[in-house]
Amino acid sequence: MTGSAIKSASLVRPFIVAEQPEHRPILQFRDVTKTYRSDRGSVKALDRLSLEVTEGEFLTIVGPSGCGKSTLLNILVGLELPSDGEIALDGARAVERKAVGYVMQNDNLYPWRTLRENVEFPLELRGVPAAERRDISLRYLEKVRLQDFADRYPYELSGGMRQRGNIVRALSFSPRILVMDEPFGPLDAQTRLLLQNLLLELWAEERKTIIFITHDLHEAIGLGDRVVVLTARPGRVKSVHSVDIPRPRHLRHLHENASYRSLLSRIGDELAEEIQVQSGDKP
Amino acid sequence: MSVETMDAEARTESRPLLSYRGRVALTRLLLVAVIFGVWELASGRLFSAFWVSKPSLIAIYIWKWIVAGDFFYQMSFTFGSMLAGFAAGTLLGLAAGVVLSRTQFAADVLDPFLIAINGIPRVALAPLFVVWFGIDMLPKIVLVFTLVFFVIFYNTYAGIKSVERRFTDLAFVMGANERDLFAKVILPAAMPHIFLGIKLSIPYALIGAIIGEFVASSAGLGWKIQMETSLYNTTGTMAGLIVMMLIVVAMNSLLAVVERRLLRWQPASRYGAAQNQ
Repeated sequence: MTGSAIKSASLVRPFIVAEQPEHRPILQFRDVTKTYRSDRGSVKALDRLSLEVTEGEFLTIVGPSGCGKSTLLNILVGLELPSDGEIALDGARAVERKAVGYVMQNDNLYPWRTLRENVEFPLELRGVPAAERRDISLRYLEKVRLQDFADRYPYELSGGMRQRGNIVRALSFSPRILVMDEPFGPLDAQTRLLLQNLLLELWAEERKTIIFITHDLHEAIGLGDRVVVLTARPGRVKSVHSVDIPRPRHLRHLHENASYRSLLSRIGDELAEEIQVQSGDKP
Repeated sequence: MSVETMDAEARTESRPLLSYRGRVALTRLLLVAVIFGVWELASGRLFSAFWVSKPSLIAIYIWKWIVAGDFFYQMSFTFGSMLAGFAAGTLLGLAAGVVLSRTQFAADVLDPFLIAINGIPRVALAPLFVVWFGIDMLPKIVLVFTLVFFVIFYNTYAGIKSVERRFTDLAFVMGANERDLFAKVILPAAMPHIFLGIKLSIPYALIGAIIGEFVASSAGLGWKIQMETSLYNTTGTMAGLIVMMLIVVAMNSLLAVVERRLLRWQPASRYGAAQNQ
C-alpha cells in the first residue's frame, strides 16, 4: 500500500469540537481489526480502522467491493466481534445492541407480519403497550406515505414500499444511530431517487445520526455530510471528504453543482486507485 | 402449478360467470358424477357386480349401516385411535423437531437412530404392538403415533433449519431475546413447513389405524372392511373404502381452512397450489 493513501486519512480530530452540542462525537471506531481464521489460513477484512461519527451527521461510506464494509457494519450492530480494537457509542466501551436501527440491502420485512406489525416489531420487543405501538407505527407510516398500506402483507407491496417499511421499522424505536447497508441497491432508478429524497426529508425531521454504505458515488455525495472512502482489503479509512453542498438538496439537480462535480471526480479517482490495488493483489 | 395460476389470473380479468375456485369445484363434482356414472352403468354389464359392486348398492349399504347405528360405533373406534395418535404424534414431533433443531449435537448423535427406527415398515410392528398392548384402541394409537411423529418431526426440523439467517440476525439487532426470537421469528417462519407436515401426516394417521385393525382388532373400519372382504361382500368392502376416503378429504378441507387463516401472509396462489397437490 502506498504511503500517501494512508496520510490522507486525517482522522485525528481534536476533541474541542465536542463542546458544541451538535458536533458531539456519538460513535468512535478505534483501531477496529477483524481477521477471519479458517483451515486455509487467515484473511484480514479490517485493519486498524479508525473513524469518528458526530451526532446528527449523515455519514456515507464507499469502498471497493470486498473491502470489509459488511464486516464493519456487522461489528457495529453486534452480529460480529472485532478481533481487535473497539467501537464506542456515547463514550461507552461498547455499542449496546438495542441502540442501532439497521436497514439491510435486501428487503427484510417479516413476510408473516403486516406492514404495521413489522414497524411495531422492535417496539413489541421493548414491551411498548399496543395502543402506543399503533400510534407510533401509523405516524411513521404516514411520514413515508404508506398509511393506506398499513394492514397489507409484504407480498402485496412493491419493492420500494417494502424498503420504505424497512426504514421506518428501523426508526420506530428511536435508536441512537441508523445504519443502512446499500438500502437502495436493488431498486430501479426512479424508485431509488424517490426514496433518497424521502430519506433526506426524514433525516431533516429527525436529525438521526445515519451511517450509510453504498457503492453509488452520486448517492454517497448527494446524501452525506461526509463521505468516507475505504481502502481495498484489508479495509481501513483512505480518506474523508466533507460535502459542502447546501441543504435541502435534491438529488436530481446535483449535477449542476460545481463542488458536487469536483468531489465526484476526486472520490472516483481514489476509488479507482483502490480497485486497481485490489485487482493487482490477487485474482 | 404456475401455468395454472397465470391462467387463472388471465381469466379472472375477462370476468367469467363463475370464479376460478367455483369452476374448479364444479369440475370436480362433474368428475365424481362421471366416475360413479360409468361405474354404475358398467357394473353388471361389462363386468360382474360381484367384483366391484355398484355405487347404488354401496349407497344403500352405507345408509343401512348408518341406520343400524353400527356405523358410528366403528367410526368412533377408528377415528378415535386415529385422532389420539395424530395428536400425540403432532405434539411430540413438534417438540422433538424444535429441541433437535436447536441442539445440533443431539441431532447429529440421534440421526442414524431416527432413520433406523423410521425405516421399520409399520406393518411389521403391528403384530408386536398387539402382543404388547392387546387388541383394543391402544396398539392402533401407538401405531398411528409412530407414523405421524416422524412426518411432523422431520418437517419441523427442516422448517426451523431453513429459517433464513437475515430474519434472525435482524431480530437480534433489534433487540430480541431468545424467547422472542423463537416465538416471533423462528416459529412463524417455519410454520409453512410444519403445516405441510401436519397435512401430509393425515393419510398416514389413517393408514396406521387401519393397519392396526387389520392385524388384530375388536372393532373399527379396518376390521369391518376385512370382515366383509372375507365374506366376499364387495359392497361392504367398497362402502368402508369410500368412508375412509371421505374422512381424509374432510380432514384435509378442515385443515385448509385453518391453514388459510394461519398462513394468510402467503400469496394466494401458493396455498392454492399446496392445497391441490
